[in-house]
Amino acid sequence: MEYIPNILFAIVLILGIGYFVKNVKKLSRNIKLGKDLDVSDNKPQRWKNMAYIALGQSKMVKRPIAGLLHIIVYVGFVIINIEVLEIILDGLFGTHRIGLKVLPTSVYGFLIGSFEILAALVFVTVVIFWLRRNVIKLKRFLSAEMKGWPKNDGNFILYFEMVLMTLFLVMNATDTTFQSLDSGNVISQFISPLFSGLSEGTLHIIERAAWWLHIVGILVFLNYLYFSKHLHILLAFPNTYYGKLTPKGQFPNNPTVTKEVQLMMDPNADPFATPAEDENAAEPEKFGASDVQDLSWLNLLNAYTCTECGRCTSECPANLTGKKLSPRKIMMDTRDRLEEVGKNIDANGGKFVDDGKQLLGDYITNEELWACTSCNACVEACPVSIDPLNIIMQMRQYLVMEQSAAPMELNNMMTNIENNGAPWPYNQMDRLKWKDE
Amino acid sequence: MSEQLNVPTMEQMMAEGKNPEYLFWVGSAGAFDDRAKKITKAFVKLLNKANVDFAVLGTEESDSGDAAKRAGNEFLFQMQAVTNIEVMNMYEVKKIITTDPHDYNTIKNEYPGLGGNYEVFHHTEFLSQLISQGKLKVKESEFKGKKVTFHDPCYLGRANEVFEAPRDLIQTLGVDFKEMKRNQRHSLCCGAGGAQMFKEPEKGDKDINVLRTEDALETDPKVIITACPFCNTMMTDGVKAKEKEAEIDVMDIAELIANTQE
Ligand code: SF4
Ligand code: SF4
Repeated sequence: MEYIPNILFAIVLILGIGYFVKNVKKLSRNIKLGKDLDVSDNKPQRWKNMAYIALGQSKMVKRPIAGLLHIIVYVGFVIINIEVLEIILDGLFGTHRIGLKVLPTSVYGFLIGSFEILAALVFVTVVIFWLRRNVIKLKRFLSAEMKGWPKNDGNFILYFEMVLMTLFLVMNATDTTFQSLDSGNVISQFISPLFSGLSEGTLHIIERAAWWLHIVGILVFLNYLYFSKHLHILLAFPNTYYGKLTPKGQFPNNPTVTKEVQLMMDPNADPFATPAEDENAAEPEKFGASDVQDLSWLNLLNAYTCTECGRCTSECPANLTGKKLSPRKIMMDTRDRLEEVGKNIDANGGKFVDDGKQLLGDYITNEELWACTSCNACVEACPVSIDPLNIIMQMRQYLVMEQSAAPMELNNMMTNIENNGAPWPYNQMDRLKWKDE
Repeated sequence: MSEQLNVPTMEQMMAEGKNPEYLFWVGSAGAFDDRAKKITKAFVKLLNKANVDFAVLGTEESDSGDAAKRAGNEFLFQMQAVTNIEVMNMYEVKKIITTDPHDYNTIKNEYPGLGGNYEVFHHTEFLSQLISQGKLKVKESEFKGKKVTFHDPCYLGRANEVFEAPRDLIQTLGVDFKEMKRNQRHSLCCGAGGAQMFKEPEKGDKDINVLRTEDALETDPKVIITACPFCNTMMTDGVKAKEKEAEIDVMDIAELIANTQE
């Protein structure tokens, strides 16, 4: 009988972590639906970016208030989770505060004391975050794409953190042996008087309840991530590592096109030769992207990493002037469609069955794509190195090269370039006239 | 224009057995757009003043393909790029200067992958070099002491991180330079990039160039300085939309410097 709590704990732990592992596998399978992309270059710079941008949050502090608040929650959350280690060991071995047995009381007190201070700070910060979203109503949290789930998701996370921090403090406050140590109860000593009238037994029950809810809550949180914008707390690291290193203005040359152009320009190629009959000839490669599988795995990793913070959209010239384009929506749509494709694969025994839908049209409209000025403001603004412009450009390529669906004026511009080497209908032979005018 | 500009072509140079140090890439806007042609000429005037050994491709230059690429026509872009690269490699071009940040970006960053490897300078970088090397002297500007502001072209600033060169040049003019609230890395696009120059904007509640002009107007400038032919058009139209064209000039930095030369 006496081992029941230990066994129960082990089961909860295994379930929680097992489900998380399952989600991680699904995540990685979905990301790999994207096309291959070589990012093995310049490793030192990549590690550096990860250290600065993800760990050091260098881009977050571009907006000092939000940045500072975010750092408190981030640091607090990471450090307080060290406490989870003790909870797990206690749970498995049936001990109580195993830390006290292996560490000197003063060291233990110092650790728990720091956790308590951080927990209180996180609590206050999370309340401020909640106010920003719900009372102050910052514009970037109110856009069209932030209705429904994305809005609730943002709030759920905040409630979660409030509850977890409260449980942690209550757990300490109602732990009479811990309180009597009088070391490390920096915050909880002020909470424990709230429970002063209660009997030892009731206190113990509250303490146990808080302890269990705390660890179960953390496991639930871990498993909530997959469905949430909070995936960024894990994916920000790989995403900043793989982030773009070339100048922002450089858009990769499409290799499929390069092959075609080389063939066309090759003076030795016989234009009248019939293409060699190749039994195994793969389907001709598609130009550009109309669905998530046409994008690179990095685009898809970007989509899962997006925190939906809207910094990109709040600096997008198109969005600022009332156009439909929102780079945040581009990322959210990509993730939603990828999830849909993933579910389709799960439901069909590991194979994607055409569902008559695609990213282009069903999620992202032509109107959004054509509103982009390719200014890179979104790329610059993103705190976790996401590149929405890259997706926009690949989709434009599909529209133009596969569907000839560019706006008429752009078609005129391109015809002019093709015929007379300038975007306007001027004669190439007049290209030097300016000097004599 | 009364002044005689010296604009040799690569073809002429080659016929004379010469290989000029620089190719001045004029670009489609610089060659055909009425406003941009003035910038081209102002810049050539400075090149002549500083005795720069350069030539242009003239009728052998074709569109860089930038607008086609940003519009999504990678095919047309690569055809243009390969054609231009063939010509430039034939003339053994090593260094290129251009007044167009879009062409600067594409030639510098996107041509190398297609066989075109050159050292590329934007005219602001090049002019600021000429000045620091003492090859070009700047006299006081007609706008001395007057308020001016500078609009960072996306393809020069954010895209290629050239922020200092244009500001260094402005400093030489003795003007009262004020930054807009969104500047450098966080500058707001003028609305021309990504092939927007060639089409009507999508439905919205304002034009981007008007919003950017409002940013500029907040600094109460006499001149809005640009460093891109497309930005110039956009800001000029923005100033007109705000009915300020009588009070505010939109000028390329090269023009301001050229005006200080006699
Ligand atoms: S690159 Fe396009 S999507 Fe990104 S900020 Fe500029 S206009 Fe908006
Ligand atoms: S793309 Fe980056 S900036 Fe935009 S919402 Fe996502 S995380 Fe924020």
